[in-house]
Amino acid sequence: MAYLDHAATTPMLAEALEAYVATAREVGNASSLHASGRRARRRVEESRERVAAALGARPSEVIFTGGGTESDNLAVKGIFWARRGADARRTRVVSSAVEHHAVLDAVDWLGQHEQAEVGWLPVDGTGRLHPDALRAELTEHADRVALVTAMWANNEVGTVQRIGELAAVAAEHGVPFHTDAIQAVGQVPVDFAASGVAALTVTGHKLGGPVGVGALVLARDVAAVPLLHGGGQERDVRSGTLDAAGVVAFAVSVEAAVKGQQEYAARVAALRDDLVERVRQAVPEVVFNGDPTDRLPGNAHFSFPGCEGDALLLLLDAQGIACSTGSACSAGVAQPAHVLLAMGADDDRARSSLRFSLGHTSTAADVDALIAALPAAVDRARRAAALRTPR
Amino acid sequence: MRRGGDRLDFEGRVVRVRVLAAMSGGVDSAVAAARAVEAGHDVTGVHLALARNPQTYRTGARGCCTLEDSRDARRAADVLGIPFYVWDMADRFHADVVDDFVAEYAAGRTPNPCLRCNEKIKFAAVLDRAVALGFDAVVTGHHARLGPDGLLRRSVDEAKDQSYVLAVLTREQLDRSIFPLGDSTKAQVRQEAADRGLAVADKPDSHDICFIADGDTRGFLAQRLGETPGDVVDATGAVVGRHAGAYAYTVGQRRGLHLDRPAPDGRPRYVLSITPKTNTVTVGPAEALEVSTVRASRPVWTGGPRPDGPIECEVQLRAHGVVVPATVTVTGDTLHADLRRPVRGVAAGQAIVTYRPDPAGDIVLGSATITD
Repeated sequence: MAYLDHAATTPMLAEALEAYVATAREVGNASSLHASGRRARRRVEESRERVAAALGARPSEVIFTGGGTESDNLAVKGIFWARRGADARRTRVVSSAVEHHAVLDAVDWLGQHEQAEVGWLPVDGTGRLHPDALRAELTEHADRVALVTAMWANNEVGTVQRIGELAAVAAEHGVPFHTDAIQAVGQVPVDFAASGVAALTVTGHKLGGPVGVGALVLARDVAAVPLLHGGGQERDVRSGTLDAAGVVAFAVSVEAAVKGQQEYAARVAALRDDLVERVRQAVPEVVFNGDPTDRLPGNAHFSFPGCEGDALLLLLDAQGIACSTGSACSAGVAQPAHVLLAMGADDDRARSSLRFSLGHTSTAADVDALIAALPAAVDRARRAAALRTPR
Repeated sequence: MRRGGDRLDFEGRVVRVRVLAAMSGGVDSAVAAARAVEAGHDVTGVHLALARNPQTYRTGARGCCTLEDSRDARRAADVLGIPFYVWDMADRFHADVVDDFVAEYAAGRTPNPCLRCNEKIKFAAVLDRAVALGFDAVVTGHHARLGPDGLLRRSVDEAKDQSYVLAVLTREQLDRSIFPLGDSTKAQVRQEAADRGLAVADKPDSHDICFIADGDTRGFLAQRLGETPGDVVDATGAVVGRHAGAYAYTVGQRRGLHLDRPAPDGRPRYVLSITPKTNTVTVGPAEALEVSTVRASRPVWTGGPRPDGPIECEVQLRAHGVVVPATVTVTGDTLHADLRRPVRGVAAGQAIVTYRPDPAGDIVLGSATITD
């Protein structure tokens, strides 16, 4: 099987799995006062320090959560509520149309249920946000903006944003800037303090850690109203007994991913470039989406004119190749990928797209398998699409 | 064990093919897919999303295209260990089945949307897409037999037999269809689902029309066609009542006529005909409903060579309707049937399906759409 869907989830690193199992064998609630509790607390706090060190943050800025979606929701809603609570005029949220649904839908929810206004920043044809658009937005509305949220790197098309520049614009106007860095950590250099962002989302299972654990890195001077109330763990921002095993394994994976980032990126980008080149040879009409160079090392995203991504996925799946159409599902019905539509692609191009994402276990054999199966799949998908009645 | 619909080679061995199992989320299609897997086929499950807005379609146990059904279908596919996808057929379904349903009623006819869905969606749009994608056949959970001889026969479970709504399929369509359930009763299918650990084993049967959420066909039509009040008349042309839209009536209907004047003889009256041109519904006594000849158009003939003269066979004039002996002649684009005994409630728009009685299951010879 050729697994080319590492952006969905990537296999756990052996050392993270070992750390998980070892910690899961131990009893102890990190909030308890006795010896078992102290041992669990020590594991959690050491992990916090490791995550902080790897991401350029202070330990007190690391809030462990149940993963990326929770971190994004906590940042978007929590900072919105805190900022509006401090100044009732701040009812505007600034975001981009290419965000992951964990941000997009949280922002939408604020619009629908909390009377928030939303300023959607445009992106260019490669999915890139431009600081000028943010500057224009903030020049006009700064005193009413609760927060800006924009992803570090796009999960679909792989475009890496210039987060430092964007965060600097927000800082000029004194507006907190949250970034969803789920796809970025371990793929490109990510330094919380140096980037100037106020909050950063990271999750375990995209970088070799377990599913269901992640963190929101939240600058100490930024307040967030909690989503979860209870025992007051995690600076009172995120209640709930800490998953010590998950947290330890998460820290191991973050540390390993960040430490190995340069070498990883060079190796995987070379594989990816080979994949892109060979896909272009096999299917000359293919359209390569996203920023041609400033992109995630493992991401290759294409539109296959005259095909439906769904059909290609089915055909490649039957050949043992796992990839993604990157489209949202409701009852499993594919909607055209919102990211591509935001980049100005038409419906057909959006529906014809497919993402191949490589990761730490990828090999040249995976690329060979894809290239061997692709031409026949494209041929069949074209025939199937030709049956479709014109819209 | 060989199941109905398996493909055999010249030595009688089952040929392994790539098949697409249409999985509605119900028990029949789940067991059909399971049997295809067991026969050694390379099976991929597909759930058809037919509703533009799933909430507007029937929910829960009775439906065929809700989120819950999609989940049930996925669960069954997971238990069987086969790939599963959802195909969005909502636009095609709306154009070819729902809009057609409304247009047929508006024209004074009584359509059968399940038949239309088989003809235009399941064994056309879905089958064509499947073939283009490299599949050899479509597997469904219909209760009908389709053996290696290529003949379509009634199910062993006569109460559940669906050969009537499949009779519209052409030779080419049947050649790419597999119906693994035809040799089993519904009770056996349910038992098998339970034995296989399929959670849909006790799911109630779906019935009625999947795209009419509350089962109120008249309301559904009124919403789309508006109120067009007109007269209800008797055979002499005398006005005996009013209606809100002639399209809402079906030939043979007795209930809900709201007549002002009782019949002189006090006997119940039935809808005899609907005339859209004058927006009139004609009613009369039961015996006036009796029909001895039927004409139909667009004949499809799959049970052997198309006859070049009159043949003796049995005919069925609506789903789960009575079966009567008849003499049938097919000429060009029309089919003519002389019924051995009169039948009541024959409605234009329904199918006439012709069968040849057979100890191994009555064989579908052909079908056509009733015109008058």
